Amino acid sequence: MSVNISNLYQELSERVIAARNSGQPLIIKGGGSKQFYGRNVIGDVIDLRACSGIIAYEPTELVITAYAGTRLQEIENALAQHGQMLPFEPPGFGDYATLGGAVACGLSGPGRPYTGSVRDYVLGIKCLTGKGEILTFGGQVMKNVAGYDVSRLMTGALGTLGIILEVSIKVMPRPEYETALTRKTDFNTALTSMNAWAGESLSLSAASYDDGQLNIRLSGKETAVASARKILAMEESGTELDYWSQLREHQLAFFKDTKPLWRLSVPSTTGNMNLAGDWLIDWGGAQRWLKTDEPVDNIHRITEQAGGHATLFRGGDHDGEVFQPLKPALMQLHLRLKQVFDPVWILNRGRMYRDF
Amino acid sequence: MSSVIERLRAILPEEAVISGPESLQVYECDALSAYRTLPRCVVLPADIDQVLAVIRICHAENIPVVARGAGTGLSGGALPVADGVVMSLAKLNRILAIDPDRRLARVQPGVRNLSVSEAAAPYGLFYAPDPSSQIACTIGGNVAENSGGVHCLKYGLTVHNITALKIITIEGELLVIGSEALDTPGFDLLALLTGSEGMLGVVVEVTLKLLPKPVQQQILLAAFDSVDAAGNGVAAIIAAGIIPAGLEMMDNAGIRAVESYIHAGYPVDAAAILLCELDGVQEEVDSSSKEVADILIKSGASEVRMAKDKAEGEKFWAGRKAAFPAVGRIAADYYCMDGTIPRKHIARVLQTINDLSRQYGLGVVNVFHAGDGNLHPLILYDVAVPGELERAEEFGGKILETCVAVGGTITGEHGVGIEKINQMCVQFNAQELILFHDIKHAFDPPGLLNPGKAVPTLKRCAEFGAMHVHAGQLPFPELERF
Repeated sequence: MSVNISNLYQELSERVIAARNSGQPLIIKGGGSKQFYGRNVIGDVIDLRACSGIIAYEPTELVITAYAGTRLQEIENALAQHGQMLPFEPPGFGDYATLGGAVACGLSGPGRPYTGSVRDYVLGIKCLTGKGEILTFGGQVMKNVAGYDVSRLMTGALGTLGIILEVSIKVMPRPEYETALTRKTDFNTALTSMNAWAGESLSLSAASYDDGQLNIRLSGKETAVASARKILAMEESGTELDYWSQLREHQLAFFKDTKPLWRLSVPSTTGNMNLAGDWLIDWGGAQRWLKTDEPVDNIHRITEQAGGHATLFRGGDHDGEVFQPLKPALMQLHLRLKQVFDPVWILNRGRMYRDF
Repeated sequence: MSSVIERLRAILPEEAVISGPESLQVYECDALSAYRTLPRCVVLPADIDQVLAVIRICHAENIPVVARGAGTGLSGGALPVADGVVMSLAKLNRILAIDPDRRLARVQPGVRNLSVSEAAAPYGLFYAPDPSSQIACTIGGNVAENSGGVHCLKYGLTVHNITALKIITIEGELLVIGSEALDTPGFDLLALLTGSEGMLGVVVEVTLKLLPKPVQQQILLAAFDSVDAAGNGVAAIIAAGIIPAGLEMMDNAGIRAVESYIHAGYPVDAAAILLCELDGVQEEVDSSSKEVADILIKSGASEVRMAKDKAEGEKFWAGRKAAFPAVGRIAADYYCMDGTIPRKHIARVLQTINDLSRQYGLGVVNVFHAGDGNLHPLILYDVAVPGELERAEEFGGKILETCVAVGGTITGEHGVGIEKINQMCVQFNAQELILFHDIKHAFDPPGLLNPGKAVPTLKRCAEFGAMHVHAGQLPFPELERF
């Protein structure tokens, strides 16, 4: 990369220190593809796109380290050349999605219940705290229990604890073979099947229920996928594997709507939820997309009763709370942690909760 | 001083408060027995209410609390604090629920690791993290240490295999962290708490993920004329897109020690051997095994053996699992290290270790979780020879510093505890250590939960320690250690 990284870090650090001294909030921005996610924020934009490039990638170590502003596409291309992938299938929601944004938002794709989430694969992070300090946690190795796991704490924290500068991620081989299967069925049967199959060695790598269709993706050794197909005895899908990337990127017709879109994360066996709207069930039952005009309180209450939480994903009121409210004792801990990392509350202030 | 014990006796049954010096000795150390401290007393609460009551008293009286499971930890994480209370969670030992549909187990912290898989077996499910002490170690301790095992390359560590914790903070709050869904709103406190060595909260309930039990397993053993070639073999397997369930390496000193101990049939002239375990469905394991055998031959293996049946597979593993006791037979004492390195540096790091071995005049045996780069060098010494213990400790420290220098870490799976507190100063700078202290303060403002462990004060960076094994006698000699 052309930019001198230590100068860049120096500059970023000085900006944070100046903001800390003046109390001016900063909005952390990569490619801007996920600016819609979380609450609306105000402040000066701190742009990380210059902080870009792969620092180290050795396929046989199963680890890639890159600057936060590196485009996901660049990373995915580099991995693909060696038959590897980001196992958590991060949604980009735009061409300029960056690694830092993917980690800060903590969103994972359809494979999540079977292959793990972003935080499962984050091994280490270099970050710039709200104090202006550049700190490194974790590392480039898979087993590492030295110190508190700050890298994973930062994952999904929406930049409220620090500006992510560099990330090391565990990568995995791309499956040798994949196939997509589908079957018309009712919701309850689909839900039962998805949960039952997840408890068997069937090479399941994604499962959704969408518009009356149960959709399954199988990934792995060709021999293993073939044996699973025999057991599942489903028809090969006409939509093929594209369906899954379209689901991940919200490009399916379901998502082309102006109604508020909610993401409900619930235990995978949760039955029909008493909320009016259009549903798309992903993650084998554990992630549910809901287009609805139901009042926020209803959605939060009913989702909490089911043992989960709801997020206003797109549309609706992003000046109000978009994430499920935390219990007071937990909010207290969040405030204390925010204080540790960002004592003047300048980083993405209010992006996650109004309180910080 | 006795008022605390009296207050504890008032809320707990008589047998649940231990205070005589003789009975306290049982709790004076964990499996890092070189460090011993007598606590003021030991309490054994039987339920969450009793844990809460103990915490409230200790908080009010400003008394340190060290929570403890089976005490099988190797880094002194459960070492008592003088004048503090040790809280054994051994009585909270019930599996509360196995939910085969959600593939979850809800357990109390004193449940033994292996018993979860045993309880899940009728449903074709298992709990993946399998530290070598799994017949004795408890889930609460596993959470505290973020325990791994030989299968974590494929199945991950404890942090990847739990979905919820109930913890009690020093301020007496019962918090639910995580849920039975796949994520929760707010910060990922579940990850932060896992591996926090009992310093942020006391775990009183854990929800574990259960996975479908693999239908088939196959074990291969390969011999190499050089450590380099064995390392290349590991890299070539990964490059081929195969993620074995287990991938272990042992150097010549290890092979010889094991062979003379249990006669596993290991090739004693090999510079290194690799053990590779593959699992999955029948067809997958069959084709992957052939592929791995070809790869290992191409990487320069002088010999590749594929286990003919389960018994032979177990024999291959038996040698690896016997490595620690085998080393205990050839040396009066040994000191076990736990660094992790990027795998590509294996030959270089082993060379450095061998150079250090000559420099310090102490033998060393290397066993290695090769798949994930986790080294367990065993330094041989004799505590009866003046100066050898100190040399072994210094040698060990140098190994860990080498691990950090090549981009690795001072502890892959044993935890920092009291043992590696010095090396924490090598791996982290002062600002990072201060941030760790601040995190602890956020959870535990009075600093009463397991104080003095895992994160050194800046002043304490010169302290040092080790896992010592005398005359082949590990603490918990009946436990496998690998």
